[in-house]
This record gives sequence, C-alpha cells and structure tokens, in this order.
Amino acid sequence: MGKMTGNEFFVKALREEGVDKIFAYPGACVVDIFDELYKQNDVDLILPRHEQGLIHAAEGYARSTGRVGVCLVTSGPGATNLVTGIADANLDSVPLVCFTGQVPTGLIGNDTFQEVDIVGITRNITKYSMMVRDRKDLNKAIKEAFFIASSGRPGPVLVDLPKDVMAQSGSDEYPDSVNLRGYKPNTKVHDGQIKRAIKMIYKAKKPLFILGGGVKIAGAAEDMKKLMEATGIPAVTTIMGKGSVPTNHDLYFGNVGMHGCFAANNAVNNCDLLISIGTRFNDRITGKLGTFAPKAKIIHIDVDTASISKNVTVDVPLVGDAKEAIQKLLKASQEYDGESDMIPGWVEQLQEWKQQYPLYMNKKDKLTPKEIIDAINELYDEPIVTTDVGQHQMWTTQFFEIYGKRQLITSGGLGTMGYGLPAAIGAAIGNPGRDVIAVTGDGGFQMNSQELTTATINRLPVTVCIMNNGYLGMVRQWQDLFYDRAFAGTCLRRCKDCETAGCNELCAGRSDDCPPYVPDFVKLAEAYSAQGIRVTKADEIPEAFAKAKAKKDGPTVIEFLIEDEELVYPMIKPGGPITDLVLGE
Amino acid sequence: MNNDNNTMKRRWLSLYVENKTGVLARISGLLSGKSYNIHSLTVGETEDHTVSRMTICLDADENTFEQIKKQFNRSVEVIKVIDFTNLSIRTKEVMFIKINGVTDKTRTEIFQMAEAFKFQVKDMDKNSVLIESCRTEIKNDSILNVIYDRFKNIEVVRGGPVAIESISMQDR
Repeated sequence: MGKMTGNEFFVKALREEGVDKIFAYPGACVVDIFDELYKQNDVDLILPRHEQGLIHAAEGYARSTGRVGVCLVTSGPGATNLVTGIADANLDSVPLVCFTGQVPTGLIGNDTFQEVDIVGITRNITKYSMMVRDRKDLNKAIKEAFFIASSGRPGPVLVDLPKDVMAQSGSDEYPDSVNLRGYKPNTKVHDGQIKRAIKMIYKAKKPLFILGGGVKIAGAAEDMKKLMEATGIPAVTTIMGKGSVPTNHDLYFGNVGMHGCFAANNAVNNCDLLISIGTRFNDRITGKLGTFAPKAKIIHIDVDTASISKNVTVDVPLVGDAKEAIQKLLKASQEYDGESDMIPGWVEQLQEWKQQYPLYMNKKDKLTPKEIIDAINELYDEPIVTTDVGQHQMWTTQFFEIYGKRQLITSGGLGTMGYGLPAAIGAAIGNPGRDVIAVTGDGGFQMNSQELTTATINRLPVTVCIMNNGYLGMVRQWQDLFYDRAFAGTCLRRCKDCETAGCNELCAGRSDDCPPYVPDFVKLAEAYSAQGIRVTKADEIPEAFAKAKAKKDGPTVIEFLIEDEELVYPMIKPGGPITDLVLGE
Repeated sequence: MNNDNNTMKRRWLSLYVENKTGVLARISGLLSGKSYNIHSLTVGETEDHTVSRMTICLDADENTFEQIKKQFNRSVEVIKVIDFTNLSIRTKEVMFIKINGVTDKTRTEIFQMAEAFKFQVKDMDKNSVLIESCRTEIKNDSILNVIYDRFKNIEVVRGGPVAIESISMQDR
C-alpha cells in the first residue's frame, strides 16, 4: 500500500471511477486539487463561466450520457452558487457528485474568509452530503459518493473537502466495494406483486400506462415499447417521461398535466386502471388532488419507496427498478393464459379524442413557436434538445417528436430558468458529433448567457434558439388569464422611459412606442464569437438552421421574434381538477 | 389523499442512526423541512458506539406518518426504523422540577406529595426544593399538573421520553 496526499488521491479516484470530464471552477481552497489536475491528461477540466452554469452543464452531461456528472468548486461562494443546480438535480433524479473546497478544519466555525457550512445548506436538497474530516475517511467517502449518486433513485451527493485534510498523506487504495448499512437501494422487483399487477392489467376494461422520467433513467424505453405493444394498452407520459415510448407510436397519446393534451388528460380521467412507472405524481401532473384518475385503481412502479403513495394513494405498490419491472411484466404478459378484458373501443376512444382536440396553434402574423419546433422535428435527425423554463419549454414538450436516439432534457421538478444553455453545453461535451439544440426564452437565456463563452472556447456547435417575445411569457400568461392583464414585472422591454412616455400604468400590451429591446441578441452572440442570426418570418427558418448546422466549431444563436402574446394551451387552471381543461383559441 | 386516514394521532418512532456529526441535524431538518411537527426527540449512543438510537414522538395523520417513515428509511444515515406506535414498549422520561419560595409548611406538603405521587426530593435549601421524577411522559404530565396547581414559582426541565421494546411487561 502506497501513500498519497488527498489531492493526489482525488485525481486517482476520478480515474478509478472512469471520470474523463470534470466541470470545475478554481479558488483558494481547491487550488491544490487543480494543481494535481494540471499534471495529468486523463481527466479533462471544463471551465464554465459561473458555478450555476457549471452544475447545469454537469446535469446536461449526466442526463444525456447516463453517467455521473462531476463538479469541483471552491468553498464559500463557489459552493453556494451550486445550490440551485443541486436542488434541480435532486428533484429530477440526476446523478451528480459535487466536490466543494472547504477552509482548513482548524478554521471551521470562525467565519473564515470564504467559509460557509455547505453541508448544512444542502442537507435537505441532496441525496447525501458529507464533510471529510479525516484523511483516512477520504478514499471511502469518494467511493460512497459515486455509489450513492448513481444507484437506486439517482441524485446529487455533496462532498466537502477541507484544505488541510486534502494536503495530508494517506492510503492510495481505492476501495472496490461499498457497504453502507443505512443504504441498500431496493431494485429487485417482488414477483408476487408482479402477479397481482398482471392480473389487474388483464382484468381492466380501460387500462392506461402513465410513464415518468424513471423509465428513461432506467434505460427501459425499448422494453416499455414492447410491453405496450404486447398488451395493446395505450400510454401517456409526464413531461419528464416524454420519449419513454416513441411519440409517433399509435398507442401513444401525449403528455398529461397542466399543459398536457386533451386526449391524455381525458384518458387519465376515464381509465379504470392506471399503471404508473417512474413518476411521483407531482402536482403539475395531478392538478387538484382527489380529482386525479377518479375511476382508476393504481399500480405504481418506482425505485423510491418514498415516492409511492406520497401524493396519490396507490392500490398495488411495486418497489424496484423500472427496467426490471417492465421486463418482468412483459414476461408475465407473454405467459398469461387468459384473455384481456380491455374493451375494444378504448384505444379508438382515445384516438377520437386526439383527432377531435389535437395540440395546435393558429398561424399568426409573426412567427409562432410551433413553426420553430416543427422545423427542428423536420430538419434534425437525432438531436438532443434542452430547454429553459416557461412557455417555450411547454411548447417544446408539446410539439417536439421523440423517437430513436432523440432526447429531451428539461428542468422538470425545480423549473430552473437559466438551465437550457449550460445543459446543452454539458450534453454536447458528452455527445460529440450529435446535434444539440437549446430552446430557450429571452428571459431564461439571460440568466446564464455568459456560458456562450464556454461553448465558444470548447468549440461546441450548440444551437441556441431564443423564442423572443419580450416577456417572461409564462407568468405573463397567468397575468393575462387570472390577473386582469396587469403585467407586473413581466415585460422585458419596460424601462425608465415608459414612465415619461405616458404608459406609466402597468401597460396592457405592446405599442409602437415601446422602447427597443435590450440586449440585441445577435450582437451579444457576436461578442462571444458565436454566430448570431435573427429570424422574423417562417420562411427564414430553414436557412437559419442550415447556417447553424454548417457551423461546426462553435455556437450559433438564433433569435426568433415570435408572436408577443401567444399562450400555452391547453391549460388546467392552477390548483384546479384536470377535468377542467381550457382548450384555447 | 385518502380521507379515512386523516385522524391526527400521537406516534412513536425508534430510529437506529449513524453516530456521526450532522445526523441529528439531518433528521430534525427532514422533519422541519417538510413541516412535520415533532413533539419530542431524544438521542443517545447505543451498545455499539457507532450507532445512536433516537426516540421520536410526533402527532401526525396516517398518510403523513407513512411518508415520514419512508423518508427516514431512505436516508443514508438511518440504519433502521421501528414504528413503536402499536408495539408493546417500556418508556420513561426524566423530569426535574425546582420549586422556589418554599416555606416550612409547603416543604412538608411537598414531601407528602412525593410519597403519594412517587417522585423524589433530591436537593433543597431553606427556600427551594428540587424534585426528580423518572416516569412515563403521561405520569410526569400529571405530576406537573399537581405541582402547577399548588405552586407558582417553579422551574421545569424535561428530557423527553426514551423507549425500548418490552419483553413481557408493557409500560407506556
């Protein structure tokens, strides 16, 4: 057994875990670790321009590759800038290991320069957080961090590394196994429950699959398609689950929830058996609790026991890995020696609803969001699409077609603005050669636009599509519908001049006198050495994407000037039952 | 939520947790972060010095309580969760009461009460008496009520109940 400093061992541990990219930002308490990273070539150091951008990039990397995203930041502000991303990863089950520098143990508690109790701050938003107080615990701590982050329901783990502990010499042995007596993730599926479930599935007259992000995380999409086809049971998805079966499949009927489509929400309302896989029944899915799936018995498959019966009471709980459960259900369905009681008209009924009330958007004078997403569907084969949060996100989740290797990466649980561009950067780093598109809004893009630098310096051909309507559109939509069009704090053009120009009252819409928009996104792109394109008409869209595709050595920003007051429809009134769907225009 | 399970009830949990820095904060933080109200929480080392055992007492409805147990079960620091609510257990709480402004007459009265209510006088001077009671929480409540009725100038310190599964004799 050899000896190594903690800093040296850190790099060895990354190698042992097969980490080849680390998203890192230096500072006083981690400069020694950076020094070790400098001496080697196995682990690439990606330097974003802000720690929030850093952690979203790590999330985009992790979600697009299925590998653990690794972050390294300094103590104090470096660590606190990770907080939003940690909470985001926790809600969306993203495997991350976040290493934070810490002041030397002798100074902890003294309000030392750049000292914060980051373990305390993140205790409730991580899967696990710990400080390594002794060099002899370091080796085990890193091993455990990677294991906890990537097993069971994945999530973020934070490891706080005091500078003096890392300088000490200790064992260079990387443990080959983990034994945590308090953490034994249960992935094995109970056969008895499978039997109960399959019986209910075949006895149901109007069964329905509802698929969440867990199906994708488990890598169960292929098996899920087989199960859906073997049983002939239709499927709907949550936003996080979209793409867990091909969206162009005959048995797929769209997203449920607040901005889900009529057919999917109506299917939930009318089914007599809901087989839910990998979803925790978030409030944006269920609407008013107690009104969700009122006629249905519920089978709930989830790897996280705490997600079962948390929001919706479940009849048959099935704890375990989604892939294993789906495979076992598939096998059981092939062996089942009875007839299905599913009524012949059930799928036809769903198709009728889908045709009756499809997702649509009328053509307008200005560009519509649907025209942009349609163009992505048409012009790209297997893109990875990331989004920010708000209206553009809902339009993307409604209209983006996902099949084959196509991927959608969106901040579903936390709803983090500023997510899209850095997540796209992480996805591009993890998937060289793939087309990566960040669909964003003019609000969200400005929350992390500094990361254009990261795309430029790393020669990443990321395409940023800004749907610019000059508003924080989703909040504006609520103000439009429920607050008498009082657009408080949502007009991004509003400035000091508005007060003297006679529109001092909260304005009720745009006029020709509105001040020019700041910033000029095309010029902003150019300042970052990115290609900047402005699109105002539908017929300019193909050329813009062609130019974006042609640029292989850096990012392109396409600013789409869209209809100012386009709304996301259908919509369930916040807090209302999902039967109460407003269809729109 | 299922409406049949909405009845608030006193619940008891015993948790085996890692005896490490921050674990108490994690457990209490999990409860407060989800707006669960704790009635009492006691913690101490067990026969294995790497393991601590917590006794948690809280008021919750059935669904909330199920969720609390699941949250604890999936916490890395929690080794084992035992629901004491419907188990046969033995439980005790230490309570100190200091009564000030005591006269000769009331002191005699306190000694009579000690006899009747089975608590002990552990310390005194000419103005004060210190009482110790190691009983179940409910009995301590009753003792305290009797003292409150008679004396105004008092200090109370309660330790919160600790509990263990009983062998053949229940006392809760």
